[in-house]
Amino acid sequence: MTFEYAPAPESRSVVDIDSSYGLFINGEFVEPASNTFLKTINPATEEVLSEVAEAGKADVDAAVQAARKAYNKTWSKMAGKDRAKYIFRIARLIQERSRELAVLETLDNGKPIRESRDVDIPLVAAHFFYHAGWADKLEFAGYGPDPKSLGVAAQVIPWNFPLLMLAWKIAPALACGNTVVLKPAETTPLTALAFADICQQADLPPGVVNIITGAGETGRMLVEHPDVNKVAFTGSTEVGKAIQRAVAGTDKKLTLELGGKAANIVFDDAPVDQAIEGIVNGIYFNQGHVCCAGSRLLLQESIAEEVIDALKRRLGTLRLGDPLDKNTDIGAINSRMQLNKIEELTKSGEDEGAERWSPNCPIPDKGFWFPPTVFTNVTQAHRIAREEIFGPVLSVLTFRTPEEAVEKANNTPFGLSTGIWTDKGSRILWMANKVRSGIVWANTFNRFDPTSPFGGYKESGFGREGGVQGLGAYLHVEDPS
Amino acid sequence: MSLLPTRPLTDTSNAGLKAYLHGLPGVDAVGLEARAATLATRSIKNESKAWAIDTAISMVDLTTLEGMDTPGKVKAMCAKALHPDPTDNTCPSVAAVCVYGDLVTTAREAVGDRIHVAAVATAFPSGRASMDVKLMDTKQAVADGADEIDMVIDRGAFLSGNYSKAYDEIAAIKEVCGDAHLKVILETGELKTYDNVRRASWLAMEAGADFIKTSTGKVTPAATLPVTLLMLEAVRDFETKTGTKIGVKAAGGIKTSKDAIRYLVVVNETVGDAWLTPDLFRFGASSLLNDLLLQRQRMRDGHYSGPDYVTID
Repeated sequence: MTFEYAPAPESRSVVDIDSSYGLFINGEFVEPASNTFLKTINPATEEVLSEVAEAGKADVDAAVQAARKAYNKTWSKMAGKDRAKYIFRIARLIQERSRELAVLETLDNGKPIRESRDVDIPLVAAHFFYHAGWADKLEFAGYGPDPKSLGVAAQVIPWNFPLLMLAWKIAPALACGNTVVLKPAETTPLTALAFADICQQADLPPGVVNIITGAGETGRMLVEHPDVNKVAFTGSTEVGKAIQRAVAGTDKKLTLELGGKAANIVFDDAPVDQAIEGIVNGIYFNQGHVCCAGSRLLLQESIAEEVIDALKRRLGTLRLGDPLDKNTDIGAINSRMQLNKIEELTKSGEDEGAERWSPNCPIPDKGFWFPPTVFTNVTQAHRIAREEIFGPVLSVLTFRTPEEAVEKANNTPFGLSTGIWTDKGSRILWMANKVRSGIVWANTFNRFDPTSPFGGYKESGFGREGGVQGLGAYLHVEDPS
Repeated sequence: MSLLPTRPLTDTSNAGLKAYLHGLPGVDAVGLEARAATLATRSIKNESKAWAIDTAISMVDLTTLEGMDTPGKVKAMCAKALHPDPTDNTCPSVAAVCVYGDLVTTAREAVGDRIHVAAVATAFPSGRASMDVKLMDTKQAVADGADEIDMVIDRGAFLSGNYSKAYDEIAAIKEVCGDAHLKVILETGELKTYDNVRRASWLAMEAGADFIKTSTGKVTPAATLPVTLLMLEAVRDFETKTGTKIGVKAAGGIKTSKDAIRYLVVVNETVGDAWLTPDLFRFGASSLLNDLLLQRQRMRDGHYSGPDYVTID
């Protein structure tokens, strides 16, 4: 007997998308001076969802000015306990509107509703709750008796976790007394605009949060604006380097959260069924559009074959398709551009002699899709073992000893995250001290919590987001990381 | 080193069993429970729900295991087992009735050979009796017409590391079962750790179990989704190794259709289609059946009826 799951789509009726959006500056939506607009589409169907303003120079100026004014007149002077009230209010509104935000995120981004509903949006609310708690306790954070805010923060975020990345940026900035100009990614602006609506609903003083939409050029103008005091960027290493060059020589404080090529290391004494889940969660979660994705699987050679067989069996049960269906595990690739990049890199994997495998899963006709893919017989020299693919593509390598596992894990220009799977606690601690990455997960992967600092080594960036360490990025202090 | 035991189990001395069972991969409790919780979010609607409800009904071992059981009670339950919904002929029978040994004759007379009769044996539920008593208990139940025996393992022996005692006991009971199917109750609520559940599962399968069963229903917690997932992984791996399919019975604490459907999802996504049959998956339950029937009626009629529209036996 076969157990087929009937379609179980989440209703779209909870969201109300306008046909066009202006810029959120000084507490209200305004038409862009640039008078240019970008379309945002549903990557699962290629349907146009809305058009959003593309902010030009005058718009960026206006947004930074509004943030400066709000900083000088209101927000920097407000007592921490009063800032906290606003941030708590935002957190509660996010919880109240969680279903709407989850559906909107899934429509605009292509990620499965199961993930936006169970992971993204709950974490967004958690980040605001956590940082609201800090707003009146900054003197106890270990940054001196009276840590001062920085001023206006220019924040540019990626498309992989649109609202969650917004939360990681805005929550600590506001808690520490800064005002914000944030630019969401050009392919996923809608939840940031819904967040602007939440700021209005929360009666946040005008100008404390400004949301300007646009593409790379808008982002460049924002981070290069002379009147911002802090730049925070999450995205590709290439753009991160350009930002660092642009910011060099100014007194802007900078944090960068860039790419990764994490090793997920499985020893022969690992809890194997959970390790398989961790491998799947590490690279196929959010279609692999995760900077800390476990894209390199390092298997102890003695168990490699069995683990690969078990992994393939498990991948056969993944359900790819309509992201709004509550039973979907793998959603759509966010954009045509990203799909092309994934296809180009996977082709290089084949050309360089690695063995490619995907489960037999039907691909929808419309939209951008890529099946979960495993490459075996990969070596450190292959491009697919070195470059960030940012897609559902796993490269499998093997090792013989713990020392070799550490060497291979570290042999990458990146250093964001590492996963270690073993029953031996002492080995976990030994490895955690040896691997050069900002995050180490032991017998789990892709777990996030607002109390835990997130950030990288080497080309994965610098600065930390979340936890008490993350506050340092928005205060006048020496960066503790 | 390998993930699954690579050799056939030839050394069944206590030392041999210990080496074998402790060589099994460990279980990470957080990860196991997270996987079960994720599977529990599957949304089963419309025709798949109707299919799942009928399948679940056909997998129920309708059970009464009380000190106050009487022939009258057992006969009534048997009637319900054969025709769970007297208003609807399309409703499937349950898989079996499950009773204490002294009521096997009554049950067999009532159901004929239309469904299975399972007897709990081996000093159920504690298992604290001499080997002779356990063997006698089993022989008598088989002689009286039980074609399924639900035995309990000696948890005391297992927890004290006396694996060979637990193993030998299962093997001996299997021997006297003859053609009757042997379900081995691990009583996971007393084994406490997931590592123990995995080891006990393999111990029972190696000793000759046809089914491994979570619980007696007399200990809390009884069946849970993570424990059942873990036991399904064990039967899946056992099949990989030996080619033999062992069944799993989740017993106790499963009360709603929603719960039952979650178990079927876990079966489907862990061991697949082949186990979605009463021959390889069962629910040990009493009150579950009525909730399945109420949901079935709702899907048929488009509205909820109420507890008086299903029978109480």
